[in-house]
Amino acid sequence: MSAPQSFDELFQGSAPWWQGEGPHADMVLSTRIRLARNLRDVPFTHRARDEQLHGVLASVTHAVGSSSLLQGGLMLKMQDCSPIDRQVLVERHLVSHELGDGARPRGIYVAPDDRVSIMVNEEDHLRLQSLTPGFQLAEAWALADATDDELDRTLEYAFSDEIGYLTACPTNAGTGLRASVLIHLPALVLLEEIQRVLKSIMQVGLNVRGLYGEHSEIMGNLFQISNQTTLGRSERDSIESLERVTKQIIETEERARERMLRDARTQLEDKVWRAYGTLRYCRSIQAKEVINLCSAVRLGVAMGLEGLCPLRVVNELLVLTQPAHLQRAAGTEMAPPERNIRRAQVVRERLAAAEHETRDTHS
Amino acid sequence: MLCQICGKNPASVHFTEIHDNKMSEIHVCERCAEEKGMHTPAQQHKFEIADLLAGMVDSMTHTEEERVGHVQCPRCGLLYSSFKETGRLGCADCYTAFQFQLRPLLRRIHGDTHHRGKAPVRGQESVSSTRTIQRLHDELQRAVEREEFERAAQVRDEIRKLEAERQAAVREGGRS
Repeated sequence: MSAPQSFDELFQGSAPWWQGEGPHADMVLSTRIRLARNLRDVPFTHRARDEQLHGVLASVTHAVGSSSLLQGGLMLKMQDCSPIDRQVLVERHLVSHELGDGARPRGIYVAPDDRVSIMVNEEDHLRLQSLTPGFQLAEAWALADATDDELDRTLEYAFSDEIGYLTACPTNAGTGLRASVLIHLPALVLLEEIQRVLKSIMQVGLNVRGLYGEHSEIMGNLFQISNQTTLGRSERDSIESLERVTKQIIETEERARERMLRDARTQLEDKVWRAYGTLRYCRSIQAKEVINLCSAVRLGVAMGLEGLCPLRVVNELLVLTQPAHLQRAAGTEMAPPERNIRRAQVVRERLAAAEHETRDTHS
Repeated sequence: MLCQICGKNPASVHFTEIHDNKMSEIHVCERCAEEKGMHTPAQQHKFEIADLLAGMVDSMTHTEEERVGHVQCPRCGLLYSSFKETGRLGCADCYTAFQFQLRPLLRRIHGDTHHRGKAPVRGQESVSSTRTIQRLHDELQRAVEREEFERAAQVRDEIRKLEAERQAAVREGGRS
């Protein structure tokens, strides 16, 4: 865990959650905590002048530089990044679509512990985030909380005793907390039980979104579950209720998987291996198809089918086959049909490399 | 969950609608959302807050609504009517300037209007220690409920220590 020192290093390196380690990593890809904070003396981002936003970037740079915990990371200013580089950051879940537009003085700071980053001048001046592998809400909260405390030594946050942390949108006021888990629920989808589960998640005040956050499409049986409200409940309460519900969902999915294995083992294995075969030998493929096929392979790996690739490779494929990653790696812009050919090549090569590794360790 | 409009695609766009003071959640797919003109995050964002607000001002008379719309934040100059359009406040002081309008809105969004989480330490020591003590009391109660008596004793000692420190600080402040 060392901070990248340039965009290139960041691009070449892997994200912490790719390793496929951490509790329940075969089902929960990552756990994220986000805290929304604003500086007391500057209007919120959308009402601030550009020079005020430059001031916020400078204040955050100063604050991280004064903290022994946070200094030595990488500050990337969006206006200095090319559109493709900005999109790479979005595909890595490091920055939001809003931050990625590059139109205003915005930035992202990746801390030395690269599970921690800070978006600057998003909807709120600061969006602190921690992204940990697998299902580990307590760890993710500890990281975000410590980062928040460090910045609080230098920055004066907008805060009121009654309402808590003041945010541009009243939906985030209070704790400014969004805790979320990215969870893979293929068995519940296949057995058509997912709607009942999603409905009950929403009934207890939690929110469900797709892979790429707010308003994104649900793909690859991947669901992002998060708390909805931020006022009237402590961070700990919000996190505990998400933890409780996630545990129940994990159990429900586990039971569904066991049932599938018992009643339809052959069909299931067939589905998994057909997906693997398509990925291993395709010659042109769309990003969405990769995500959906990876879902089947991930299920196979999680259920212990022999001969598939490690979980790490499935995670990598999800990100490396996204449009900006493909184009950045190729060093050139590509039209969608060209990208589909290139994507197929990347997928085949990764899987072939993984097969070699497995053979080497077995021989 | 399937889209409530076409009933075919999975619903991935969610929003809250208010009619006659009744709140309902609507879940639709990307395509239908686009067709209904609520596709982009910014637009949808606006839609949610605008809708919440629309439901609330329904109960006001026209003149009342006009008066409220003209309330302005003395610091950043944002009019309440602009907040109603964009769903975003202008600065920290807007929360005070629009407090009477915001309180019912916050209650609708969160079901509550009082913060119960962490607080900044910097420049707010007194607020912070009060809050920490309050939080510890909550924790104490939870520990007792769960019969985690060892933890409860730890928390109790922590509360006593903080209260003693706070009283010492008050005495100190009184002398200077």
